[in-house]
Amino acid sequence: MTEQQRVTTPTLKLANLKTHFFTRDGAVKSVDGVEFEVNAGEVLGLVGESGSGKSVTGFSILGLIDPPGRIVDGRILYRGEDLAKATPERLRALRGRNIAMVFQDPMMTLNPVLRVDTQMIEAVRAHDKVDDATARTRALEALAQVGIPSPEARLRSYPHQFSGGMRQRVAIAIALLNRPDLIVADEPTTALDVTIQGQILFEMRKLCRDTGTALIWITHDLAVVAGLADRIAVMYAGRIVEHGPTATILERPRHPYTRGLIGSVPTRGHRGQALFQIPGMAPSPLRLPPGCAFQPRCDRATDACATMPDLSDMAPGHQARCWHPVV
Amino acid sequence: MTDLAADKLPPVTGPATAKVETPLRRLVAQFCESKLAVFGLVLVVVVAIAAILAPWLAPQNPYDIAKLDIFDSKMPPGSASSDGTLTYWLGTDGQARDMLSAMMYGLRVSLLVGAVSVVAALAIGTLVGLVAAFFGGRVDSFLMRCVDIQLSFPAILVALILLAVLGQGVDKVLYALIAVQWAYFARAARAAALVEREKEYIEAARCLALPQRRILWRHLLPNCLPPLIVIATVEVAHAIALEATLSFLGLGVPVTEPSLGKLIANGFEFLMAGKYWIALFPGLALAIALIGINLVGDHLRDILNPRNAR
Amino acid sequence: MLVFIIRRLMQAVVVMVVMSALVFGGIYLVGNPVAMLISDQASEADRLAVIRELGLDQPIWQQYLTFVGKALVGDFGKSFRAGEPAMRLIFQHMPATLELAVIAMTFAVLVGVPLGMYAGLRPDSLSARSIMTVSILGFSLPTFWVGLMLIMLFAVALPEWIPGWPRLPSSGRGPTVDILGLKLSFLTAQGWLHLLLPALTLALAKGALIIRLTRAATREVLPMDYVKFARAKGLSERRIVGVHVLKNIAIPIATVTGLELGQVIAFAVVTETIFSWPGMGKLLIDSILLLDRPVVVAYLVVIVFFLVLLNLLVDILYSVLDPRVRLEATAR
Repeated sequence: MTEQQRVTTPTLKLANLKTHFFTRDGAVKSVDGVEFEVNAGEVLGLVGESGSGKSVTGFSILGLIDPPGRIVDGRILYRGEDLAKATPERLRALRGRNIAMVFQDPMMTLNPVLRVDTQMIEAVRAHDKVDDATARTRALEALAQVGIPSPEARLRSYPHQFSGGMRQRVAIAIALLNRPDLIVADEPTTALDVTIQGQILFEMRKLCRDTGTALIWITHDLAVVAGLADRIAVMYAGRIVEHGPTATILERPRHPYTRGLIGSVPTRGHRGQALFQIPGMAPSPLRLPPGCAFQPRCDRATDACATMPDLSDMAPGHQARCWHPVV
Repeated sequence: MTDLAADKLPPVTGPATAKVETPLRRLVAQFCESKLAVFGLVLVVVVAIAAILAPWLAPQNPYDIAKLDIFDSKMPPGSASSDGTLTYWLGTDGQARDMLSAMMYGLRVSLLVGAVSVVAALAIGTLVGLVAAFFGGRVDSFLMRCVDIQLSFPAILVALILLAVLGQGVDKVLYALIAVQWAYFARAARAAALVEREKEYIEAARCLALPQRRILWRHLLPNCLPPLIVIATVEVAHAIALEATLSFLGLGVPVTEPSLGKLIANGFEFLMAGKYWIALFPGLALAIALIGINLVGDHLRDILNPRNAR
Repeated sequence: MLVFIIRRLMQAVVVMVVMSALVFGGIYLVGNPVAMLISDQASEADRLAVIRELGLDQPIWQQYLTFVGKALVGDFGKSFRAGEPAMRLIFQHMPATLELAVIAMTFAVLVGVPLGMYAGLRPDSLSARSIMTVSILGFSLPTFWVGLMLIMLFAVALPEWIPGWPRLPSSGRGPTVDILGLKLSFLTAQGWLHLLLPALTLALAKGALIIRLTRAATREVLPMDYVKFARAKGLSERRIVGVHVLKNIAIPIATVTGLELGQVIAFAVVTETIFSWPGMGKLLIDSILLLDRPVVVAYLVVIVFFLVLLNLLVDILYSVLDPRVRLEATAR
């Protein structure tokens, strides 16, 4: 593509992505129509509760969906290239180099019987035929980048000798090793202390700004991405129900679910008042109601909601999937 | 989510049309899912029938020495007896016994020894295991130390030594087999009981001030059974194999009531002389019985394993 | 680490003492060896002389103490049958058994681990399912039966039916080579031929066990997060399986292999009998049948020693292989 195109093409663009799991009890439609885009240097917060399909979306991007799951429809455009149709070899070449992922649980992400340097060096040499010394230098740089003290000693340690926060930093360092264009972070701070959480959030944002890496931050906690993301996409029951710039979404959410999410975050202004809760429960992905999935819990629902609404523009760059958006 | 409003429930009229799914029925259904397991069950049934009904089904009573004609010994399969009354379908052995009959009677001894020893070992071992788990503390430590020592010794050596001490005879073999096996059951029963002991229904039973013996017997025991059943099934195969091995080595059941192992041992010496049938057919009978039991036990283990619960 | 080893060694000594008492007590009840050694025509005086010589007239606890005293210096008495010191007999026959056991176990691991990994990686494929079914055969069938079948097949049937098919020897041991005082036969070609059938017999049951174990371990490791993370790093499947998965399953496989080696040495009893392999096992059976008490006792003590040693080695191996355990131990 031309230089012009490279600049304007989003780093990642999902179009109507559908990933289903074919189990004995039926087809679980974990991801059933997801679209959003992320540009270079941007941070996108993908927000949704457990079971909404956000992790599956992340894995779909990396091509890490195992049977009985499969991407059944849609396009995953990495700089214009459709990853949903890429060969396994092409995906393997991209993973860890152009697109990297950080997982949720740092305890189990690193192999307990291999040293940290082994696990970092192999990540370098999987994509770059450099010698051991060069790979080791890059590993040291990455560790320094994420703020790990005395990295030389740390390299020769085993994962269980690190604390949870340190382990996650190592995982992030591994993600940064080959200077990827896109990092998908699946709830990377959920398992950590709140104070560590804040630090890592801040550092990641800074890193992405400095390197121009696009970042997709998957989380269930709206408060986390409020301070971090440039854009927010809200997922419910396998679909994006709203996406747009962070400030707009937080101040003027258009989808009832988003409004409910924001309303249920405890804030200082409402001391003494009962916490707002969205009534009902999220539907099981095995038994999605026809039409809008949020309908049973929505106070604005009408008969029209029996048909699935499309994403429609509310404002430039801001879309919501609702027949009766909040005004 | 279904509405629980009473007016929305279907009216209760007439007999229930759906089949009641008891745990037993589900077990049977899951069992039948594996063709291999069903095949194994068929093998076991065939072998069991041959063994139980041997006195009626077998063409000849191989233990009745008077009926044996020494001229008929070592005849190949399919030959007729000297007096023309019988066909030796599978040949005869060194003592002129009809192989088919000898096999069926041999199966009898083998299966009997296997089943009885397992039942006894199951009873003893479960008792020990439950007691250890229920009372804990020093009782538990001591009992488990015994179990560990027992288990660290290879079964065959324990059996060999015991038989060397006790001498020959079916009952001695039983004792040896029981001594080898009880420890497995004890350990499994204890492990299951430890898990169950923490569960709420035991606490509820205690709160009701039920006597300890009743809690142990009526509440704890039935729920510890599934893993024990699996082990019992596989242990029957082990017991039969061990008995066969011991008989083969010359210790164990006496010559007059040969089990399959003894028959095979008898046939071993004729192997190089080309009279393969004396060792081969009892060997096949043994193999069929063991494979059948193991196929059944293997699948049972998959079904009853709580981690595999579907 | 050193403290750990010393503590285990002390436990091992305790176990050996307990075992020796049990062994002695058990064997003491083994028939009446005197009847075996002296013909019925011998005079009473001769009988008494033999009894006194063998120490059989002393009370049992005294016999035990004598036994322990002598055992500590390695004297287990003379074999009733052969007249030689029992322990020396055992040592003479030990290399043959150990050679057989180690080679059998090596077969089992070399074949079992790859097959098991394959079955774990592609559990629903036809080959995987056949591997698992065949493995059931492996551990259902008693060792002696397998040995018999192998003899029938390779030493009798195939050479008869297929002209030119080599007849594999089914008894005895091949020519040996002396290494460090041990006579080992696997270094000669003929030795290998003789080793083949008995080693295969022993290897089958253990191989089946290893296949099942490896498959279960592989299936447990594959869904782990660190495997997925390795994929996310873009590593090749070969590296993921060959390094990440293998190193994790090596731990349970190594420990089980070590423990099963003890079982194999014990089960060699049967195999050696069938194949007339001149090892400790055959010696044991012959001694039991002939009521040669000192040899039996010596054998049992040696076996207990091996089992305890293997247990210790396995524990050490476990801590070497698993860095979590190793570093915990040194940190203490």
